[in-house]
This record gives sequence, C-alpha cells and structure tokens, in this order.
Amino acid sequence: MKLDAKIPSGPISEKWTKYRSTVRLVSPANKRKLDIIVVGTGLAGASAAASLAELGYKVKAFCFQDSPRRAHSIAAQGGINAAKNYQNDGDSTYRLFYDTVKGGDYRAREANVYRLAEVSASIIDQCVAQGVPFARDYGGLLDNRSFGGTQVSRTFYARGQTGQQLLLGAYSALNRQIEKGQVQMFSRHEMVEVVVVDGKARGIIARNLVTGELERHGAHAVVIASGGYGNVFYLSTNAMGSNVTAAWKAHKKGAFFGNPCFTQIHPTCLPQSGEYQSKLTLMSESLRNDGRIWVPKNKVDAEAIRTGTKVAADLTEEARDYFLERRYPAFGNLVPRDVASRAAKEMCDAGHGVNPTGLAVFLDFRDAINRLGKDVISARYGNLFEMYEKITGDDPYSTPMKIYPAVHYTMGGLWVDYNLMTTVPGLYAIGEANFSDHGANRLGASALMQGLADGYFVLPYTIGDYLADEIRTTAIDTKHAAFEQAEKDVAERYKLFTSINGKQSPESFHRRLGKIMWEYCGMARNAEGLTKAIGLIQDLRKEFWSDVRVSGDINAFNPELDKAMRVADFIELGELMVRDALTRKESCGGHFREESQTEEGEAMRDDENYAFVSAWEFAGVDAEPVLHKENLEFEVVKLTQRSYK
Amino acid sequence: MSKENLNLTLKVWRQKGKKDKGGFETYKLKGVSTHASFLEMMDILNEELITTGKDPVAFDHDCREGICGMCSMYINGRAHGPQRGTTTCQLHMRHFEDGETITIEPWRATPFPVIKDLVVDRSAFDKIQQAGGYVSVNTGNAPDGNAVPIPKADADEAFNAAACIGCGACVAACKNASAMLFVSAKVSQFALLPQGQPERKERVGKMVAKMDELGFGNCTNTGACEAECPKGISISNIARMNREYLGAVLAPGN
Repeated sequence: MKLDAKIPSGPISEKWTKYRSTVRLVSPANKRKLDIIVVGTGLAGASAAASLAELGYKVKAFCFQDSPRRAHSIAAQGGINAAKNYQNDGDSTYRLFYDTVKGGDYRAREANVYRLAEVSASIIDQCVAQGVPFARDYGGLLDNRSFGGTQVSRTFYARGQTGQQLLLGAYSALNRQIEKGQVQMFSRHEMVEVVVVDGKARGIIARNLVTGELERHGAHAVVIASGGYGNVFYLSTNAMGSNVTAAWKAHKKGAFFGNPCFTQIHPTCLPQSGEYQSKLTLMSESLRNDGRIWVPKNKVDAEAIRTGTKVAADLTEEARDYFLERRYPAFGNLVPRDVASRAAKEMCDAGHGVNPTGLAVFLDFRDAINRLGKDVISARYGNLFEMYEKITGDDPYSTPMKIYPAVHYTMGGLWVDYNLMTTVPGLYAIGEANFSDHGANRLGASALMQGLADGYFVLPYTIGDYLADEIRTTAIDTKHAAFEQAEKDVAERYKLFTSINGKQSPESFHRRLGKIMWEYCGMARNAEGLTKAIGLIQDLRKEFWSDVRVSGDINAFNPELDKAMRVADFIELGELMVRDALTRKESCGGHFREESQTEEGEAMRDDENYAFVSAWEFAGVDAEPVLHKENLEFEVVKLTQRSYK
Repeated sequence: MSKENLNLTLKVWRQKGKKDKGGFETYKLKGVSTHASFLEMMDILNEELITTGKDPVAFDHDCREGICGMCSMYINGRAHGPQRGTTTCQLHMRHFEDGETITIEPWRATPFPVIKDLVVDRSAFDKIQQAGGYVSVNTGNAPDGNAVPIPKADADEAFNAAACIGCGACVAACKNASAMLFVSAKVSQFALLPQGQPERKERVGKMVAKMDELGFGNCTNTGACEAECPKGISISNIARMNREYLGAVLAPGN
C-alpha cells in the first residue's frame, strides 16, 4: 500500500482556504441520515462531536470516565497558542507555523502545520463566545504571555487551568447538542473494537463499564479522539485511565501507527517518592524562569543529601553544579524541554541525584527570593508552591524543590492524511491520538491548540469529503456478520483474562512494562538497549498471558478487567515503540539516539536518511510490523540544526 | 515529622451493586509510607486483596492531580478527608497518625446512587448542565475575541466560579443533599459575562428546575458545601443564583 497524504497543491498559504472552499459537501437533508461515532470527549473529541452535531449529523459520543467533562485535557495548565498578534509584537500565521515546524525538529508535515496556525485565531474567538473566562488585562482585553522559548507573546491562558476552562467550554457545547438530541452520550463506556465492513469503518464494539455488557454501535464514520499513550511508561503525567486501547484496536484493524517512538518528556515534574507511586505530577514550566537547577558537584555530598545527613542549605556555592547554566550559557535554565530533561538524567545517572531514589535535581528559588523578595515570587508562583507543599510536605520558599523529568505527551499516534483520515477508509483520528502536527517535539501550549483545531475547524470540513459518497448508505446494520465476529472476538478475550487465574495483578505487569520502557526507550536510547527491550517485552507479554489474575465477573462493573485489556494493549504497543526507536537511527526532538550525537553530546539529526514519517502496519502479534515511509518535503522552511549553546 | 510508615485500620464501605445492601469491612494495612497519597494507600490495599484472592475495593479516580473531579470518598466523616481545599487524590498520608482507624464511605445522596463500593453515579450533574449550562453559539459564529472587552474583575470572578470541578463534595457534605453550590457556580459564570446575557433568565430557570426534578435538596445556609469544596467555590454564588432566579421568574414577560 502506498501512503498518500492527500496534501492539496498550490502555495502553502492558499492550500487550506482553497481546499475547504472546494471540498465536497453533504446537504443538510443528507446529513441527518448519517451517523458518526466519536470516541473520547477531551478537547478534540468534545469539540468535534459538538461541531458535527451542529452541522446536522447524528453523533454518538463515548467516554470511559463517568462524565465527558473529566477527560485528561482538563489537566493542561499553561495555555493555548494562537497567532492573533494582539500584542503587536510581530506574530503571524507564518511565524507560528515556522516555530512549530522548527520546534518539532523538522519531522512534521508542513501543510498540516500551516493549517493549524491558520485556524488558531478562530479557536480563541470561539472559546470567548462560549464564555471561557480567559485572563484579561485591566482594559478588559485578552492577556497573553510568552511560553516555552518563543520570542512572541501568543499564549492565551486562564490562570494555571487553561485546559480545564477550554474543556468545560467544549463540554458545554456538547451538552447543548445532547439536550437537543443531536448527540447521544455514552459515559462509562470503553471502545474495545473497531468494526470494519467491506474495508470501511462501520462502527465499534463498546463495553458498558457499569453492566459489563458488550454493545454494538454502527455509524457511517468513526472518529478516534482517545488521546495519547504516555501511560505505556506506567509513570507519567497522564491520568490513571488514559490508555491506548481505542487507538491500538484501530491499528490492529488496519490503521497505520505514525512515529510511535516520539514521546515528550517534561523536565519539571515531581520525582517518584516510592514504589507505590501511581503517577507523576507536572509543575508548570514557568518555574524555570526564576528557579536555578543544580546538583551537588561532589558525589559524597549527593549521597549525604540522599540519606538525610545533609540538606541543600549546607552546601556552599562552590559545592553546587548549576549544570544547565554551565553547559548552555546562552539559554541556561531555559533550554527546551528535551535538552533540560536529558541533562538532568545524565547528572543523576552519574550519581549526583538528590532524593532517596537518586533520581531528582534541585530547582532552587533562593537567589530569586533574595533578589526579588518573597512577595514577588509568591505572586508569580504561589499556587504552584502550595501544590508542591501539599504533595511533598516541603516548603519551597525555604528549601529547594526536587524535580525530575516525566513522560507527558506523545507526538506519535495513528497516521492520518490531510483529511485526518487513517489508512482505514471512514476511520479518523484527531487530537493527541493522531501523529499530526508536532513532529518530534511539541512546543508548550500547542497541544490544546491542535486538539481544538482538529475538532472545531478541520474535521467538520474534511469529513464531508468522505461522507459525500455515503449518502446512499442506509443506517448501518449491527446484525452484520462483521459485528457478530467482532463482538465474539472481544468476548473471548475477556473470557481469557478471567480464565488464566494467575498470581499477578494487571497493575503489576503495567509497572514492569513501564520500567522496561523508561530504561530502554526513555530519554536516551541505543541499539543495544532497544534490542534487549524487544526480548524483555515479549517475555513480559508471555508471562502476562499465563499468569495474570483478573478477579470479579465479566458481566459486571469490573475495573480490574478494564485494566487488563488496557495493559495487554500497552504491552503490544510498547514493542512497536521500541522497534520504531530502533529503526530511527538519528536523534531528533524527544528521540535521542546515543549513537547520533555531536561532539558536545547534543542531538544530531540525519535529514538525508530520516526526513520521513514512520507509518507502521500491523502484521500480527507475533509477526514483525511492516514499515511504510511518508517522505517529508520541506518547500518553505529551511532545515537547520538546533543549537542552544 | 512523625513516623515514616503507618500501620492503619481501614473501615471501608463495601456494596456489590446499586440494589444490594452494603456494609463496612475492616482491613489492616501495615507500613504505609507517609509520602503516599490517599489513593496510593488504596492501591496498596487493593494489591493485597488481589494477591490474596479477594475482590478489590472499587473507587473512582483518574487524573490524580486534583482537577478532573473523578475522585470522591467520604473520609472520617468529611468529603475528600480532613485537609481543606484538597481533593482525595492530593490528600497525603502524612495527615494521618500511626495506628489510626480510617473510615471510608461513598458520597451519600439519593441523586447519587452507589454503583459499587465507593463508586457513585453522578450523571445527575451532567443532566443539570445539559438543561442550560451553555451559551448557544455554533462553531464558526464567533466575533473577534477582543470585540467585547470584559472588565478584569468580572472575568476573574467568572473564573472563580468556573473553577468548579464537578466532584459532588458539596452535595455529599450537605445535610439536604443540595446541589446549589454546583449549579450556582455555572449560573454565576455566565451571569457575570456578556456572552451569557441573552439566555440569562432562561438558563437559571431551566437549571434550577432540573436540579429540583432530579431530587437534590434545597439550601438552608449551613455552609458545609463551601467548607468542603476542594476548589474553594464561594457560597456567595448561591446568593447570586437566588437573585438571578427571582429576577427570572418574577420579571415581567416571564
């Protein structure tokens, strides 16, 4: 199969305008005969479900949480980018496009990124009209801040809860359509299979998580908006329930998986405190504006701090190594996320870590407090300091914070063309679930932008191109043999889980998978480790299927059973990620191959051999997946090596 | 700081399903780190239950960073436990004593029926939002974001109300099982913003009617909701909603 990204011809600034003006339409009389399933109700899913329903399509929306309002988009803190140029500081669609392509280390598709930048301004207008309470200045106009190393202020925000407010906006739009009967909402439902009939996605099998019942739902198109797969590492900043199951089932039914090894590791998270740890908490990146990152220069001091015989304050200035300021004098503590994360890991690996696990570095506000006063620091970061104290019991005003990098976003995902359609006709992927627009590294405040762009302003147009051919297709018959078979397969898998009667919980397998992934496919990767990881994951998979213990009934509320399904999928995905990382022998963005670095130890891209998207085709659980390549053509942006020295 | 590890006695509400009779079960848990979160303590309990062949305790949880509103739990007689302004997921074990007995119950309110153990059905909250918790604006219809300036004070106050996470602690804490803090937070957000004005009267009427229909009680100003709200939503929102409601039902033309 040859990959066709279906990028419209013409100059980049005219592609989207021309395309959406000429893309095929479905008349209102036909729209109301067409069903669309949307899986997931985060920013992408909720905005898509609401917008498609407004257009007149009949929508069924699914989420595993008890309410669509709880999707993990709600936890995004920092903000949302938009090329409004309200600050008159020279921002433009082109600049946002350029920053995104460069920030992604030149592994994103130019046409998609330009479209994203183009529609970004409309997102802000839409959200304001919904009553989203963005931050405003004293004149009553929208406020902006700069974010993540860009040189303009284009980030809109609602205190440290921007994701929450944007999601509640999309949720309100969704609620309006539910009330009108245009959207049927299925909460506490998990999609556990895609149903493909004659090569087209025609519905899903969903598990009602309250009753355990398997349900068949038919539709003319299926949209996967189920988020990212960061939880493959077990410990991440994702919610506990965030999972890859919907995307993975789609992959196994023929949707290619794009760039699975591209994961983002965020430098300022709270470190793990013990084996019982269930998740990691992100602290806003803004802390690096005033905090200085350091470790003890001397390993003996580090050991003393780990065992509690010394505290940070005991160390003189000479005994401290401000390693980011030392290595990157130009950017210092403000180097991009991937660079800061790797440097912290290197210091800890060399024995300089500062918490009992040895995996933490200090983020110190002492100098900032001395320079600016406690009140100024409190005004800037008060809520973050409070949250830190709540979780750790330490007061960051008097003792430095301890931080460590954690997995927090996945740039990879289901491969989609310009229409956001996967390689299965009628099956779409939007938001973090697709491989999309961020290349090998996502810029801060761009995830919210992409989720809402896909849902409000891209998919509602592009889905018409496919559905225009479906207007003669009557309501999908869920008695069709394909539905029958899909339901049977799922039921058998559940039966298998409960019949193994092993000794280990699904959770314990998940933890072990996470450790393998973090060790060999985390912040730094090499051929030897990755090769070893494939074997370890395969062994883990075999052990899972012979020794997992799933208690409780199949036909009842049973979180253990749900967890088992998710962990089984994560194990399979983990292997694909490792294979992808092994194949990509260059370093780029969040993907650092130790074999591909400059003399100073920085990431080195290989544009000649790796300027492509990896799109993996599933070939069977025990078979090697097939790699397809979408070559990336850069017509507008010139490729250069990033440098932060 | 006291001991690093705690030995605890847990009295946990177990209930098989909505129609079954529930009751407390007692469990002993040893060596729980004071750095663990309350839900991680529950994870440890469940891991023990699973490995000894018993049914783990079902409880709702998701983001574990205090924003999704999924976690609940009535701990020692208080919604989200003893620490003010904190959801159960951000409550840490250092707030408990070695040897303590901790009682853990689900939210108790007629409109929130128990699904299993500590998990309750809060879909009534969604239904109230569906009744009118929105501004009717289709995608693509919006004017420029800066077309209508909004005084900073109004925007800030609207944000304070909009910060509600919909966890249901207010209902659980209220002796009347009233949802007025939850409903008033949404009513206030839109009443304070220009975008909310066209549907202002209709909205409050519909949301209050739906709240009553679903069986939530009324407010008698005891203030438990505000005291137990993990996000500090102010009870003054209820006063605003009452004004809005009176204005809507008594106004000429209604």
